[in-house]
Amino acid sequence: MIDILLSLLILTGAIFTFIGSLGLARLRDFYTRLHGPTKATTLGVGCLLIASALYFSVREEGVSLHEVLVTLFLFITAPVSAHLLAKAALHLKLRSLAPTPPDGDGPAD
Amino acid sequence: MRRLLPHPLLTVSLVILWLLLVNQLSAGHLVLGALLGWLIPFATSSFWPERIRIRHPLTLLRFLGVFVIDIVRGSVHVAYLILRGPARLRPVFVAVPLALRSELAISLLANTISLTPGTVSALLSADKRTLVVHTIDTGDAAALVAEIKQRYETPLKKIFEQED
Repeated sequence: MIDILLSLLILTGAIFTFIGSLGLARLRDFYTRLHGPTKATTLGVGCLLIASALYFSVREEGVSLHEVLVTLFLFITAPVSAHLLAKAALHLKLRSLAPTPPDGDGPAD
Repeated sequence: MRRLLPHPLLTVSLVILWLLLVNQLSAGHLVLGALLGWLIPFATSSFWPERIRIRHPLTLLRFLGVFVIDIVRGSVHVAYLILRGPARLRPVFVAVPLALRSELAISLLANTISLTPGTVSALLSADKRTLVVHTIDTGDAAALVAEIKQRYETPLKKIFEQED
């Protein structure tokens, strides 16, 4: 029973990570490409981490909560890097499919 | 009390973080964690100019629930968009006018927007009144802004900024 649940979680995680990477390859400008990998981390890696926590809690002594920390640090760092990448791209005026925002005052910090 | 323990919430989080890092619960690590949790806020005090207070813990819980649901819903949606093909995407930059004033709440809002699939916060205006958000596909930019404000900004304002 637990094996089926674990396999499902790992498969779901793998599929979302794959689609995220596919997005990175297929999408057409920097800004939309940014969505592919950042999203893969949230749900894809989330599923894999839940599977890992479940596996090590069931198979070994005690509860394994290391994965909670991985999730936490990922959730703290991923949006910051995505934000900085997007900001740098706006600053460099990269080609964009969407009309870029009219920012007269320039990028803030 | 206030001088001895400037950020009680940070202290508690650090103790929990330490126990998770060592992955075991013992008296020794509890003491070590408590020591770290007490000392680190002093070392990093310049990052925390004001004391953080959570005014509505239940609203915070509900906010986290909405957040998890939106991550799952958004991931499925973005996965579908990628598979459907990039040609039909309608990416847009939208400007979200901010009602939030505290830096912590604004950065949490920006992080929430970036973590929920389909949207990435791209730029905060110099006066901290507008957040520029890039969305991968939307037919109605105004509805998206309204949704961000209602789903994320309103609870964050209630939790971190409301005077009661």
